[in-house]
Amino acid sequence: MKNIVKKYGDGFPAVNDVSIDVADGEFVILVGPSGCGKSTLLRMIVGLEDITSGDMVIGGKRVNDLAPRDRNLAMVFQNYALYPHLTVYENIAFPLRLAKVDDATVDAKVREASKTLELDEHLDRKPGNLSGGQRQRVAMGRAIVRDADAFLFDEPLSNLDAKLRGQMRTEIARLQKRLGITTVYVTHDQTEAMTLGDRVAVLKRGVLQQLATPRELYEKPVNLFVAGFIGSPPMNFLPATVEGPTVTLPFGTVQLPEERARMVADAVERLGVSGPLIAGIRPEHFEDASVLDTERGGSTFRAQVDVVEWLGNQAYAYLPFEAPDEVTEQLAQLERDLDGESLRTQVVVSLDASSGVTAGDEAEIWIDTSSMHLFDPASGANLTVG
Amino acid sequence: MAATTPNWLRRSGTALGCVLILAWCLLPVVWIISLSFKSQIAITNGSPGFFPASGDFAGWANYRDVWDNDQFRRAIFNSIGISLIATLLSVAIATLAAYAIARLEFRGKKLVLSMALAFAMFPVVSLVGPLFDMWRTIGLYDSWPGLIIPYMSFTLPLAIWTLSAFFREIPWEMEQAAQVDGATSWQAFRRVIVPLAAPGVFTAAILTFFFAWNDFVFGISLTSTENARPIPASLSFFVGSDPFNRPASLLAAGAVISTIPIIVIVLLFQRKIVAGLTSGAVKG
Repeated sequence: MKNIVKKYGDGFPAVNDVSIDVADGEFVILVGPSGCGKSTLLRMIVGLEDITSGDMVIGGKRVNDLAPRDRNLAMVFQNYALYPHLTVYENIAFPLRLAKVDDATVDAKVREASKTLELDEHLDRKPGNLSGGQRQRVAMGRAIVRDADAFLFDEPLSNLDAKLRGQMRTEIARLQKRLGITTVYVTHDQTEAMTLGDRVAVLKRGVLQQLATPRELYEKPVNLFVAGFIGSPPMNFLPATVEGPTVTLPFGTVQLPEERARMVADAVERLGVSGPLIAGIRPEHFEDASVLDTERGGSTFRAQVDVVEWLGNQAYAYLPFEAPDEVTEQLAQLERDLDGESLRTQVVVSLDASSGVTAGDEAEIWIDTSSMHLFDPASGANLTVG
Repeated sequence: MAATTPNWLRRSGTALGCVLILAWCLLPVVWIISLSFKSQIAITNGSPGFFPASGDFAGWANYRDVWDNDQFRRAIFNSIGISLIATLLSVAIATLAAYAIARLEFRGKKLVLSMALAFAMFPVVSLVGPLFDMWRTIGLYDSWPGLIIPYMSFTLPLAIWTLSAFFREIPWEMEQAAQVDGATSWQAFRRVIVPLAAPGVFTAAILTFFFAWNDFVFGISLTSTENARPIPASLSFFVGSDPFNRPASLLAAGAVISTIPIIVIVLLFQRKIVAGLTSGAVKG
């Protein structure tokens, strides 16, 4: 569908050398913290933003210099941008009216779109009288009514409340699957990114970090940034010293599986990494050792539990730890990149709901070392992916 | 209970305040209306009461007399024509100019805006002399364009400032959405931006119309005959048979008639100036 290499800059490169090839009918998500250039990128695709250099190719045609109206793309804006002086019907019909489509066709297409989006009873109302979700659907109606080459969504759900957001997310996914139209979707919400996308592009300060399927992003993040961005609660980062298969964490030493240890050793040698590494472990790869009935692979350690949050189906325990300054600094920088605040150094552990661990206890925690990632603190690169 | 003012007291206080302000503002207007219903003789003899004393009531006679006067009718026609044309032209031009100022980046944008303001602040009287000379030479003296042009030079800046503020309020996305939907810049402007800016357009139109309608200095200096003389100037020429005894009741009737178009226009446009027309465009 397109093959873009582009830079953008007014001195500051908002989008720097990003190449993404979106296949026909694919649902691609651009995700990243605010200010990472994802919206700018989308606006360049649709033609509302000039492209400094590089090529924007849609369907084999270079469109850099085409006006938005000549690109045949449909866009849903973050704030919907409905025309308040027109009824819902006319709002949806607007692109067709501009294209000078005859009234009968307009009517048929608008009715069809409104049926798809369940807007039938609202067609004669003005956008001002609609709820947020209804406005959102009108904006989508305006997009699907024309036979656009692609849909572009610019954070379409960020203005909705949490419940509606969940419903609309499913709705968008269903719509896209049904219409089979190529879609590029911008969001800062990693849940939307993970659930909607065929592939997800993670951006950081205008630079593409990783472009992969949601599963791959989650299981094999290429660097610290992607690892920290994807997943909720986020991946835990701990200072780690590696000697062969033995990894020394602030809580004690754990053993890496042989294969992983070899991979890390290779990577350390190849990249010339020295000093301590950063270990990344997702909360669900910990467990209360006492609730595990059978012996599994991995190691255990003992740690003081600071706070326990019991949610019914699971529990989160917070384990504070001391980290050396250099690592703390690196982690604080990462937090800033992720729009977060640098909190105390602690590990979030997801425990089974039946776990009896309470705040103040010293618990025996099991750790799934086969899912542990090790990162180079200097470059952020993940040493445990091939 | 004792600490708070009773509700009825507060409400009647508000009402009293409103009545006072209304009385202050409307008294001259009401007095003019009262005058217009008194007979000529009653005014000459001195008729101090607000309501005409018995025998002094003239009914609609004054209004009929004024309306039957050719000079007056002609002046009304001039005023309406000149004011409407000046309003239409300056609103049309100002809409385009204000849009450019609000949306486009170009060199000299600040200059245009500050110059516009400077022109609007120019004292009207200081322009009358030069214009009088120029218009006589060019041949615009005592003609409609001769009044429309100076009116526009004062109303355009006003309209541009009002409208550019309105355009700035309209979210960029509206226009971008239209462009993505397949509109050219002109289509986006005409079909999306102008309807949204309608309250602003009508505000500018009212202000412009007021200025043109109420102008006296240009009207009296740049005209010499009924060809183009507008109503305020014409009223001052309204002397009647006896130059030392001006027909006050006729003048009052004329003044009342000449405010009618203004009231009609305001009532018409006021309904268009609906605040919050853009509500619902974007989630705010």
